[in-house]
Amino acid sequence: MIGQILFTIILLVGAGYFISNIQKAIRNIKLGKPSHRDDHKEQRLKNMILKAFGQQKMFKRPIPALLHLVVYLGFIIINIEVIEIVIDGIFGTHRILSFMGGFYNFLIGSFEFLATLVIVSVTIFWIRRNILKLLRFQSPEMKGWPKKDANLILYFEMVLMTAFLTMNAADYKLQVLHYGHYYFKQGIVGSFPISKFLYNILPDNPESLVLIERGAWWFHIIGILVFLNYLYFSKHLHILLAFPNTYYAKLPPLAKFENLESVKKEVALMMDPNADPYAMPVEEAEEPDRFGARDVFDLEWVYLLNAYTCTECGRCTDVCPANQTGKKLSPRKIMMDVRDRLEEVGKNIDANGEFVDDGKSLLDYISKEEIWACTTCNACVEECPVENDPLDVIIAVRQYLVMEESAAPSELNMTFTNIENNGAPWQYSQMDRLNWVDED
Amino acid sequence: MSEKIKVRTMAELAAEGKEPEILFWVGCAGSFDDRAKKITKAFAKLLNKANVDFAVLGTEESCTGDPAKRAGNEFLFQMQAATNIEVMNSYNVKKIVTTCPHCYNTFKNEYPDLGGKYEVYHHTELLQSLLQEGKLKVEGGAYKGIDITYHDPCYLGRGNGQYEAPREVLHQLEIDIKEMKHHKENSVCCGAGGAQMFKEAEPQKEEIFVFRTREALETNPKVIATACAFCNTMITDGVKFFNKEQDVKVLDIAEILEQGIKED
Repeated sequence: MIGQILFTIILLVGAGYFISNIQKAIRNIKLGKPSHRDDHKEQRLKNMILKAFGQQKMFKRPIPALLHLVVYLGFIIINIEVIEIVIDGIFGTHRILSFMGGFYNFLIGSFEFLATLVIVSVTIFWIRRNILKLLRFQSPEMKGWPKKDANLILYFEMVLMTAFLTMNAADYKLQVLHYGHYYFKQGIVGSFPISKFLYNILPDNPESLVLIERGAWWFHIIGILVFLNYLYFSKHLHILLAFPNTYYAKLPPLAKFENLESVKKEVALMMDPNADPYAMPVEEAEEPDRFGARDVFDLEWVYLLNAYTCTECGRCTDVCPANQTGKKLSPRKIMMDVRDRLEEVGKNIDANGEFVDDGKSLLDYISKEEIWACTTCNACVEECPVENDPLDVIIAVRQYLVMEESAAPSELNMTFTNIENNGAPWQYSQMDRLNWVDED
Repeated sequence: MSEKIKVRTMAELAAEGKEPEILFWVGCAGSFDDRAKKITKAFAKLLNKANVDFAVLGTEESCTGDPAKRAGNEFLFQMQAATNIEVMNSYNVKKIVTTCPHCYNTFKNEYPDLGGKYEVYHHTELLQSLLQEGKLKVEGGAYKGIDITYHDPCYLGRGNGQYEAPREVLHQLEIDIKEMKHHKENSVCCGAGGAQMFKEAEPQKEEIFVFRTREALETNPKVIATACAFCNTMITDGVKFFNKEQDVKVLDIAEILEQGIKED
């Protein structure tokens, strides 16, 4: 009885804290400006099904895709077992779903195979990161917490799966020993194709076995709750956010950049021959939008969702031509910087009730050197498995630097002047535009 | 250059009360860059040969604003767009063809929202359909059987999903394309986009064009084909960097096709 009450309390606290953190993430994402991504619902849904459920883009790299698929399927399917664990925990039952008979055995058996495959995959992932040291996991932005985070997730999964198998092994042995409520009249319940190999390792004393079984059971469910609450602090948040993120992702053509509404108004005014340049703005009650982005508040909320969804896999950086030629720009770092700054702003709000100017901005995280190195080639966008668009952030910051601070590199200022004066990025006269016809 | 290229301007035609079927937007590189002008000429000759009813804006043409937009100067971009749209709408332009993937992208994707709605073609798309319709006929051609690799311009390929038109033109010429390790949606940028063409690179190990050209040269091509004047500049620089300019030519799809056209 105490166990049941304790279990229910732990479950409620775990779920409650998780929900409050998700609400915090949603609040932070909503700090962004409006995004107009409510169109093409069918196409967006299809995108989500293919890219989030189906992990289509992962398969550009088959080896990690396969390993990731195992962990993903393992995660989803083995979690069916959690339903039983929760019911058993609350009502003090044991293997409540075993009435399903043969199907139940099939399920438990498959969970065991999957759990083993997950352990294998996760181990290979760990080797890739820590022994083979794949290049994309070694970038400067991966030092410190991001590296720890990635490894922690792998340890979590290993430990959870081991607990699951240990629990089954002890349960199986207790069933064989016909011990207490572990004994089922109908014979062995569940199928233990993997954990039965642990039979001989486990002690023969039923009391110790119960201790191991209960220990593993509690460890497994508490581990899951801890992991659930770890998500918000981790790149692992993508297991939830990949779904909305792929739904709201930019639709092709990738080379299309939206036209800034705030600029449209100004240009319309300038092009209007009847506009009186000296007239006072009539009903300009609200402050005009800042051009481009200086801080996370200036980014569209979808860009902020992108940042929370980033898995830090580094495929974007791996294909970035600027990064591959040794420049400082790393699209992954751009996404991580947005998330870090957003978290900082969120904590500021938590502490003060509303955002109090901290004298900082996104530009304290992202340097101009990074921003100006982008060729806008869209390789990073094409590559991202969760359909993030680091380009959106880069262009928004460029817009701020150029239109609010006039801080473009000097050659680009020359280019702008040329376009303004003679309608070409170079200093050629517009009058010479047709010379090519008669030249040899 | 024995044959004279026949090019009319929109203004000349308008004075005669005529409207051409399609506007050939030459673009800044195509108008001013010595290398790119050759591409412009090759394409204009092809248009002549196919009897396409076209005209250019000539001195009324201006920058589309692409480099300004990619560099964050949205204001300048929209000013350029407004001016260009005013000019094109005054001539009642319905269709545009351009040899520049950057101009192509702005017309196709960014001008409609600002009041400029046109049917937009990249020159490789138009050439593909002229070949299909039999308005251009190929014979053997100077490049038949020669090893050619094709570099996808970002703003045509990954940016707008057009991978096939340029390849189809090369296939018509019975050229087997030797694809680079990274091609189509995985293609690597030449280094010019996003206004990089007009500025010095940030501190780096090597230039992007060197990086990309190295991969192109790994296919041992006689010709590196591309479909963008800026890519052409960058990869030409790359070929020079590797001291291969005697062995490897960098050519536009239009130039390659122009060498393989059957004369009537």
